[in-house]
Amino acid sequence: MPGLEDLYREIILDHYRNPRNRGELTVPPAYSETGFNPLCGDEITLYVQLDGDRLDDIKLTGQGCSISQSSASMMSTAVKGKSLAEARATIRKFKAMMSIHEQRLDGAEDGSDDDASATDGQAEVSLGDLEALQGVVKFPVRIKCATLSWNTLAQALDHLSTVDH
Amino acid sequence: MALDPELIKKDFPILDQQVHGRRLVYLDSASSSQKPTSVIEAMTRYYETTHANVHRGVYAIAEEATKLFEAGRASVARFIGAADISEVVFTKNVTEAINLVAYSWGRANLGAGDVVVLTEMEHHSNLVPWLMLKAERGIELRFLAVTDDGLLDLSRLEETLDGAKLLGVTAVSNVLGTINPVRELADAAHAAGALILVDGAQQAPHLPTDVKSMDVDFFGLTGHKMLGPTGIGALWARLELLEAMPPFLGGGEMIRDVRLDGFSTNDVPWKFEAGTPPIAEVVGLTAAVDYLTAIGMGAVRQHERDLTAYALVTLRERYPDLVLHGPDDADRRGGVISFNYKDVHPHDLSQVLDESGVCVRAGHHCAKPLMRRFGVGATARASFSVYNERADVDALVDALATADRLFA
Repeated sequence: MPGLEDLYREIILDHYRNPRNRGELTVPPAYSETGFNPLCGDEITLYVQLDGDRLDDIKLTGQGCSISQSSASMMSTAVKGKSLAEARATIRKFKAMMSIHEQRLDGAEDGSDDDASATDGQAEVSLGDLEALQGVVKFPVRIKCATLSWNTLAQALDHLSTVDH
Repeated sequence: MALDPELIKKDFPILDQQVHGRRLVYLDSASSSQKPTSVIEAMTRYYETTHANVHRGVYAIAEEATKLFEAGRASVARFIGAADISEVVFTKNVTEAINLVAYSWGRANLGAGDVVVLTEMEHHSNLVPWLMLKAERGIELRFLAVTDDGLLDLSRLEETLDGAKLLGVTAVSNVLGTINPVRELADAAHAAGALILVDGAQQAPHLPTDVKSMDVDFFGLTGHKMLGPTGIGALWARLELLEAMPPFLGGGEMIRDVRLDGFSTNDVPWKFEAGTPPIAEVVGLTAAVDYLTAIGMGAVRQHERDLTAYALVTLRERYPDLVLHGPDDADRRGGVISFNYKDVHPHDLSQVLDESGVCVRAGHHCAKPLMRRFGVGATARASFSVYNERADVDALVDALATADRLFA
């Protein structure tokens, strides 16, 4: 059976105690998106400032458990300064690590390890510190905590792609 | 007579196991209780010897199944002090019981501007059905506030009830443990010309219940919180109310006659029980009621009150930083203790406690408005039933030390 040390790695607790990119951005010009985990009440508000095709700045507010908050903090450092395509690739890679392979109706899978590196013609994405969240997979009910900020970012990016920026 | 939890524990096979190499300490009965062998065996025996559809077949096992099913209704009626067996309508749970009232009585009696009074401590199941009616036909909702120590603020009770048609209130808060003064509320509601609906999910399993002396109009209970199976609960309502109410779900069983141009309804309570009911679950609920009755609800209450008092004192002594929500006085609360510890998120607390085999709930407990009232996103919650003992509380208290080590 997995133990607490699989879940609460030091780097996770560090991001929980000292969250990066905490704060707000002025909307507009920034865009904000809020994500909820209705099961536990966790909540993340994400502020994204684009510069052309690049995530120029990202800030976070919200409340939640160590897993949801540290994942959000690590996510913000991982995608800040990246292009939209790179950010999307990082989301896919992270969700693949969380064992979430989004099924398309045509049966093709999005986000598996195999295609994460190939999609959009991007180079291999490195998760770096985020690898520390791998242990969450052993605690299935906590996966939603870890993916909350990522789903919120995906929604924000979807929105930004549909509007003229 | 005092209840012996050591002895009672032996009746619950699930408790005789280890998780993470530690004794399973189950402290989440407010969410769902465990089941004694007698309940499990009654359901198995029913399926092995008696199962057939009820109210239909004329053969022996069908008659026996119908007899068991209706005997279950009588057991529940006796358990809550109903005047008439027909006043007990089987539902899936309290959620369905309240929805039945909102859809049937509500849609027949409430229109734009009509007032329903609820409280800030209601479970979502006693909020959302009324919010739906508000959205659908513009009823007005008013709320009794909750004081800082977790009691209903009754200072403006009369004023709030003025002109209201219904007061909906939980008998015991599933978050704060608060035991609400239901009789006083019923008297105030009736004086204002309103009916009173009581969410009994946390009362029926833990306190002696008598709907007559409480003088309420609607009362919901759910089986799985009172040692019975999931998927079975009941709505109790005064007979004349049920008789006047239109049917809720349509289908088989609830009709007297059906023509291609219309239908007439069956008698109460079957008028509200469309479709084949959960028969084995009624058999299980009957066994649960028998089990609780054999212990005696007075003894159940005394045991859980003492355990709650012990837990409140022990937790406070060991962890002065622990924030305990709800009334300080164990006489005013059921066996439910919600808490927050320093900045540790309840999910993390619950995860850490699990490592020690201790099961507590973490989250908003389907009471988000109450979480907002107390300025927290979530709480951890330990809750007791007949099978819990002081050693379970001690295990909780000891296990909390790990949270200190990891997060503080």
